[in-house]
Amino acid sequence: MENMKIDARDVNFWYGDFHALKGISMGIQEKSVVAFIGPSGCGKSTFLRLFNRMNDLIPATRLEGEIRIDGQNIYDKGVPVDDLRKNVGMVFQRPNPFPKSIFENVAYGLRVNGIKDNAFIRQRVEETLKGAALWDEVKDKLKESAYALSGGQQQRLCIARAMAVSPSVLLMDEPASALDPISTAKVEELIHELKKDYTIVIVTHNMQQAARVSDKTAFFYLGNMVEYGETKRIFTNPQKEETQNYITGRFG
Amino acid sequence: MVKFIESELMLLKKEIDEMWTLVYNQLDRAGEAVLTLDKELAQQVIMREKRVNAFELKIDSDVEDVIALYNPVAIDLRFVLAMLKINTNLERLGDFAEGIARYVQKCEEPVLDVELLKRLRLEEMQAEVLSMLELAKRALNEENLEMATAVFAKDNLVDEINAEAAAILADYIKEHPENILSYLNLISVFRKLERSGDHITNIAEEIVFFIDAKVLKHSGKIEEHYPSK
Repeated sequence: MENMKIDARDVNFWYGDFHALKGISMGIQEKSVVAFIGPSGCGKSTFLRLFNRMNDLIPATRLEGEIRIDGQNIYDKGVPVDDLRKNVGMVFQRPNPFPKSIFENVAYGLRVNGIKDNAFIRQRVEETLKGAALWDEVKDKLKESAYALSGGQQQRLCIARAMAVSPSVLLMDEPASALDPISTAKVEELIHELKKDYTIVIVTHNMQQAARVSDKTAFFYLGNMVEYGETKRIFTNPQKEETQNYITGRFG
Repeated sequence: MVKFIESELMLLKKEIDEMWTLVYNQLDRAGEAVLTLDKELAQQVIMREKRVNAFELKIDSDVEDVIALYNPVAIDLRFVLAMLKINTNLERLGDFAEGIARYVQKCEEPVLDVELLKRLRLEEMQAEVLSMLELAKRALNEENLEMATAVFAKDNLVDEINAEAAAILADYIKEHPENILSYLNLISVFRKLERSGDHITNIAEEIVFFIDAKVLKHSGKIEEHYPSK
């Protein structure tokens, strides 16, 4: 496949004795949006977190297989994890801004990466907030606490924070599940816009959201990837019965 | 959530079933009215057409509700869309039944020439149309792809009878110029039955779409997907 950004090959993952991911292989094209859906505990978030080695922090876990991003196996010895996470940003379910000003939240990643040029930082913060469709709402209160923002704004701020260090991949773990429908729509619009520049992988329990924002959808169940294909096809004519039962709400 | 949508879909199916029965009876009675030139029966068909129209509106509205409230996907979505389109096609069949009944009302002859009707194969055509409608209904009820595709083949006979009718009627009119109008208008009955066959074919295509997710409309690919045995 051309322009393959992420290439997972026969990935198995264990939490202790629990076999959480079973032989998963998938390719994700550059500058596309892929949604992971499936019931709780199916492994979709575990798989997502492997893409920037977030699971390294959990004790007694084991990984087999390869995950390549831009052709490089990110689990190879000597891969600098900090650089990986700069390249592969993450946005979580609940907005988690730092207890700092709006400006400093976005500038944070740049500062910890040793950038001291304030003019550059200011420019980058503005660019990123514009990119996250938040600039117009916050440009007059950049010094105020990020906590003063609404939940939806906080989540877009977190997306801006992830974008500030110029990643090429954004991982989103249920980014809109704690938001109201208007804020959800804004985040979804943003995802649609960001696709021009980023490869986005999103985990969601909201089936309609997966249908709206993604180019491809993968359905996970009991640690297996049951089906992966064009989102339109998955939601009109899934090939596997388990997928059909899940998306029509007839599971189990 | 699941139980809600299940019961809504079942309700929709039940309504389509009723509409189907109503339209079947309309076509059946209109057919009988032509063969016997029974004006009273024709009048009944015309009166009942209002019920068909009202039923169509009710089903349309219910489909709209299911889509808005339950966001059906995959097989549920295909089912709901199929019901919507089948509903429209059934309503058109109702219109044809009414049109046939109106011919009967306007016909000035006391009785149509039995020998001619035999040569025209009108009764056979009517029976074939009704049998197509019956088969399509069974295909939907049993979710049977083979039955749905068998409907396509049956339409050929209807087309064939229609194609021959014009020439037979033209000859007859030449020989019997005294009652030209009634027999000239009889061709409209064949047209309506032929169009009925087309609409039942559309219905069968919707059933295939529902069961198998294949779009056959305008594709000319019926043979390719479902070669006749």
